[in-house]
Amino acid sequence: MTSSQHASYVRTEMLPESPPPLTESGIVKWVKENLFSGWINSLLTVVSLYVIYVCLSHIIPWVFQSVWNAGSLTECREIAQEAYGHTHGACWAVIKERWHQLLFGFYPQDLYWRPILAFLLMFVALAPILFDRVPRKLLFFTAIYPFLMIWLCWGGSIWGPVCAALGFVIGYFTLITLEKVAGSLIAIIGMFVVPVMWWLYLSGPVSEMLTSTLPIGLQAVGSKDIGGFMLSFIIGLSGIALSFPIGLLLALGRQSNLFIVKSICVGFIEFIRGVPLITLLFVASLLLGYFLPKEVTFDLIVRVIILVTLFAAAYMAEVIRGGLAALPRGQYEAADALGLDYWKSMRLIILPQALKISIPGIVSTFIGLFKDTVLVVFVGLQDPIGFSNLIRAATEWNGIYWELFVFIGACFFVCCFSMSRYSMYLERKLQTDHR
Amino acid sequence: MSDLAIDREVDRSNMQISDEVAIQITDMNKWYGSFHVLRDINLTVNRGERIVICGPSGSGKSTLIRCINRLEEHQKGQIIVDGTELTSDLKNIDKIRSEVGMCFQHFNLFPHLTILENCTLAPIWVRKTPKKEAEEVAMHFLEKVKIPEQALKYPGQLSGGQQQRVAIARSLCMKPRIMLFDEPTSALDPEMIAEVLDTMIELAEEGMTMLCVTHEMGFARKVANRVIFMDAGQIVEQNEPEEFFNNPQSDRTKLFLSQILGH
Repeated sequence: MTSSQHASYVRTEMLPESPPPLTESGIVKWVKENLFSGWINSLLTVVSLYVIYVCLSHIIPWVFQSVWNAGSLTECREIAQEAYGHTHGACWAVIKERWHQLLFGFYPQDLYWRPILAFLLMFVALAPILFDRVPRKLLFFTAIYPFLMIWLCWGGSIWGPVCAALGFVIGYFTLITLEKVAGSLIAIIGMFVVPVMWWLYLSGPVSEMLTSTLPIGLQAVGSKDIGGFMLSFIIGLSGIALSFPIGLLLALGRQSNLFIVKSICVGFIEFIRGVPLITLLFVASLLLGYFLPKEVTFDLIVRVIILVTLFAAAYMAEVIRGGLAALPRGQYEAADALGLDYWKSMRLIILPQALKISIPGIVSTFIGLFKDTVLVVFVGLQDPIGFSNLIRAATEWNGIYWELFVFIGACFFVCCFSMSRYSMYLERKLQTDHR
Repeated sequence: MSDLAIDREVDRSNMQISDEVAIQITDMNKWYGSFHVLRDINLTVNRGERIVICGPSGSGKSTLIRCINRLEEHQKGQIIVDGTELTSDLKNIDKIRSEVGMCFQHFNLFPHLTILENCTLAPIWVRKTPKKEAEEVAMHFLEKVKIPEQALKYPGQLSGGQQQRVAIARSLCMKPRIMLFDEPTSALDPEMIAEVLDTMIELAEEGMTMLCVTHEMGFARKVANRVIFMDAGQIVEQNEPEEFFNNPQSDRTKLFLSQILGH
């Protein structure tokens, strides 16, 4: 500075806020900026357009110059040759003829209303969990839905599921009464022991007795007849519903200061994560049969659900642990400093935030679990992939691949994509750090 | 440092120190692994005292007040708060924590809850206060820290100074008998320090027992009845503020004061 006149300056009025300068806008500008902003970009644009053209020129005729009504692949090809002059088109007739097997397996056709009803009720049961505007009273229905679903799908006497559900009610009342009489530790032990006793020794005879006196029931359908997407849904949904709480407890256990609890959780998680799912499924189908006593026979579907659940729970635990670790230590300290005990601080402060951070990971695990259900084909359960093999094994549809896999893929895509969109909706809804 | 932050007279009429002992620390030692972070701490705090703890970073002053509500565990010696000794008994710890309020350097508000929910959470879940009553109490304290209009916002929408005042209100909602402050103004812009100090002075004027770790020497001068200087995990010097600032005894204290007040 050469003179002090330049150095001294006082602003007398503050500048008002002004809009950004008006520039050229519209589609031409967008195209110019995004597609043809230089010779490399122009070249890439042209090449991309060509690739898109080649793909579409094959896919569109395949999808639309297709045959919907035919009894076999040969018939399909004849019709296509006559109509379009070539046989490149898809043969959707196979879906039209066999869709019910892909969806329901060998479930008796006149009983389709049962899985369909169970499927529709699933949305009612999920609604209060997914959306907080739905009346809270519906949660009661959510609680009874699993038993209702089992009864609708497998049929049989209504008293079996009712007695199974009663076990939980008994556990709840044991907890309440024992807590008043004998303290919380005994109450918690009782909460587990008493229902297990009920399931092992009492619920069987009681449900038999009720069935003989008051026979209400549906026609029973065996597990071997349940297949297709119905099977995928049963395994996937049970796995998702059960693996979440188990994963949560494992994640908390892994962070625990109690040595034994921590070791068990770490050991379990690391073991499960170190073993391929397909191995566990073989354990479910073969080894459990050798190890368990003869009288204890679990249904294969139940065994698969248990192992799929444990598998997903281990991954879930690690995802949630990531969320727990991402929370600043100050949150734990602030909760402690206010005098909240461990469970309250977890429930009110730590988990709501940790789970929010983990939503993308949790939903990825759910999606992975749902898609992994196709692996059950290797242990002899007939999921959609299993049925695609069965359909191909029939002489009339021998040699058909694409149409079946596109259909199965599309069904899975709809489910997984909606899960992913829901998780984004949830993240947006729970966002509180905006101004 | 910022003596300027406080521009009002402090009303001392309610600041009475009683004979009743609020906190008694005897021969307390703490190690982090093999690092001896607190050495033979002896400190008695009477009800109504306002104590400022200062010292260079790493001198153990934060650790000391964090031991008082057991955010840190001491390994040797005795800490008695409100007549209850701190042991590993979880019931005692939760009882003491609900009697002792604490404010942190980084506020540590719960970002997923509104300001009002932050303030009512502990009264509802720890004290079992009915929700409506807890909300009335919370609004009372939010008015006291002068931000009742923010009650339904989230912490992320508030400025640092406002967040720290909410944190003070949140502690006060538990009606604590002792308040601990762990560098409450260190993370704040100079403009916001004043509003937080003002809230703390008001609290002192009402006779709250306070232990503050702070570098605000103006606050220490005007509000504290005792200033404690710590270095290397030990209490080096403690005195009334006038004596402490004008006539420091140990060389370490003199050096510290010359550095912190020198410019």
